[in-house]
Amino acid sequence: MPSFVIQEKCDACQGQEKTACMYICPNDLMVVDKEKNKAYNRDPSACWECYCCVKICPQQAIDVRGYADFMPMGASCVPLRSSDSIMWTIKFRNGTVKRFKFPIRTTEEGAADPSGGYPTDQDNLDDHVLFTEPHSLGIDSVPTLKK
Amino acid sequence: MPVEFETVEVTTDVLIIGGGMAGCGAAVEAVHWAKKHGLKLTLVDKAALDRSGAVAMGLSAINQYLGLCNGENTVEDYVEYVKNDLMGISRDDLVYNIARHVDSSVHLFEEWGLPIWKVDEKGENLDGATAKKKGLTFKNGAKPVRSGRWQIMLNGESYKVIVAEAAKNALGPENIYEHVFVVEPILDGDRIAGAVGFSKRENKIYVFRAKAVLAAMGGAVGVFRPRSVGEGLGRSWYPPFSTGSSAYFTIKAGAEMTCQEIRFIPIRFKDAYGPVGAWFLLFGAKATNALGENYMETRAAELDNWGPYGKVKPMPANLRNYLGMLDLEEGKGPIFMHTPEAIAKLAEKYKDDKKAFKKKMKHLESEAWEDFLDMSISQAFLWAACNIMPEEKKSEIAPAEPYFIGSHSGASGAWVSGPEDVAPDEYKWGYPNMTTVKGLFAAGDASGASAHKFSSGSHAEGRIAAKAMVKYCVDNPELPNIDPSKVEELKEKILKPLKTFEENKDFTTAEEVNPNYIMPKQYMFRLQKIMDEYAGGVSAGFKTNKALLEKGIEYLTMLKEDSEKLAARNLHELMRCWENIHRTMQAEAHVRAVLFREETRWPGYYFRTDTPKMDEENWHCFVNCKYDAEKDEWEFFKKPVIRLLS
Repeated sequence: MPSFVIQEKCDACQGQEKTACMYICPNDLMVVDKEKNKAYNRDPSACWECYCCVKICPQQAIDVRGYADFMPMGASCVPLRSSDSIMWTIKFRNGTVKRFKFPIRTTEEGAADPSGGYPTDQDNLDDHVLFTEPHSLGIDSVPTLKK
Repeated sequence: MPVEFETVEVTTDVLIIGGGMAGCGAAVEAVHWAKKHGLKLTLVDKAALDRSGAVAMGLSAINQYLGLCNGENTVEDYVEYVKNDLMGISRDDLVYNIARHVDSSVHLFEEWGLPIWKVDEKGENLDGATAKKKGLTFKNGAKPVRSGRWQIMLNGESYKVIVAEAAKNALGPENIYEHVFVVEPILDGDRIAGAVGFSKRENKIYVFRAKAVLAAMGGAVGVFRPRSVGEGLGRSWYPPFSTGSSAYFTIKAGAEMTCQEIRFIPIRFKDAYGPVGAWFLLFGAKATNALGENYMETRAAELDNWGPYGKVKPMPANLRNYLGMLDLEEGKGPIFMHTPEAIAKLAEKYKDDKKAFKKKMKHLESEAWEDFLDMSISQAFLWAACNIMPEEKKSEIAPAEPYFIGSHSGASGAWVSGPEDVAPDEYKWGYPNMTTVKGLFAAGDASGASAHKFSSGSHAEGRIAAKAMVKYCVDNPELPNIDPSKVEELKEKILKPLKTFEENKDFTTAEEVNPNYIMPKQYMFRLQKIMDEYAGGVSAGFKTNKALLEKGIEYLTMLKEDSEKLAARNLHELMRCWENIHRTMQAEAHVRAVLFREETRWPGYYFRTDTPKMDEENWHCFVNCKYDAEKDEWEFFKKPVIRLLS
């Protein structure tokens, strides 16, 4: 499936009209069943298994069941994403469990300065030098063929 | 109309359509130049900027980083590499332009927070966060971990989130429209005037009026029938939400297009399409057929048939594909990636030191799994589901279905103007990355003949286009006119599937089966079947010929007529309807281009059985085309390949 929502854990983001999973799904798949007040994936065969909904869900109410048409059953890949790293728990069909932790960013969330701290003194709209260049290239000038 | 739709008008100077890598690059760059000239910028995205586009899931590598600051490569080296990979059909000027700027974007990514692996003083690989803590950054002259000549490794789960954050911080939230799907261009005579789309959330039609417009809506997936047939339809290698919107928008605006025949077929781990690059390049794994033969060696003589390109190193992606496909065709599959051998070889030098060996194995295991978990989680899932430990069990690889992706090893896209200081006169008409329609620019998957830009190069190309767009606005300060009757006409056309459903739904007892309309999913299946069987998809063994292509055009023509009968029950299905109309345009451009080029040049992408050889004398050229929307007529013609470097 693709992503599925665990009934017991989902609170439709406290009954908001737009849930986190609805907001983030790049393929517009997550919707709220208004009667049940629970989110669900409306078209499993259009799901990329990108895990964007799983990672963003504040209740950890979303998981993935591998595509039924080619994946043997019984495995799972569960992420736990924090502000600077992600921890994966991989459960094999035979019960083996592996855990991996990887960094995801090295700056504070929201802190990305577009200039990256490089000088932004470029002011000639007519040449080929881009914003922050040549400083951000780490060389003296932007390469060209006509000097 | 079932319900009223409000029309929201947005007037801006620069309109960026698409919030993927190219769109985010354009945003960051445009803000710098626009500020000086008091211009307004607007970005519109079909999804949420944090997770839109092809990098939505993340990436474990950046495939284009030259290392100019370390003297690792030159811009000219890259131009040569891309030319050879595309069998000579490449715009050197565009590739040069992207390659000279791409390192700047990668260095910015690192400063924004993207962890990029580095090599420490002992030659060991460090993850990006550990490296940064030790002061090993590009700014400080540190060296990245190379998995290939051009590729570097990263901890890229949040790659897109970070790149989007810089774009958002530059633009400001008030200038970003998320969950708005742009479907049609609007013109004012021979110049672009804006774009029309609709909200996926509310009953609103958006009319954007702009002096300069950037098409950066990605490539096209789901044009050909995928290998999977059930839920796995969604597990395309490139994202299922890249639906040909760039191609439709530029073609419909009347822009000259190029390389519409150059689709891409990736060979990846079978079914879940996990990346093979790190396995081949970083871990040094080998692939063989069922008999243990390495097709790269046993089929080496075949390379003599493909001119100078058969002899270059690395072997062009399509030829590598082709050698494997020949084995599969002869029933010598599966093709196995020998992961256990590769891991054992890497750990071999530690074999006498038990502790060091264990540590090395653990490190390699983590690297291997991260490669999947960063960018194609389903592959990790599939390994777990099949009890595959890569150090113990080899895995199958296979060619996927064809994709349209001008940023990777495909090349389809708009024909754009080259850089002033580099391009020959025949390749420039004013502003870098402007299409042949005034004010309409293209970048990323939307611009053609400049393959191998990948994520980083798409970002750099978006920046190139953005600076040019600001210049265009300064030179052309008058706002284009939008004819209100044209807007009304477009509005009606866009919403038609909702009306079609409402007016006809009560005729039958089951909503999805009705002789008066077709639902978007069935329409998509019909398109995919036509393309698969007539244009050389998976089930046709990637082979086609004139008679098949002509038959394909016949069926595509009827499909196009039936697109008038698409039906939608809600905004989500309305989006699906339009995505399929977009895909159909890409499909038609492709079939006609394959028909026009009477040779086989990229045998591992498609094979014309009636013209099975490469013909350098007649076809060492671009195949370009133009579409006349009024007359529904296509024109195909050749354009010369002009080499930048001899």
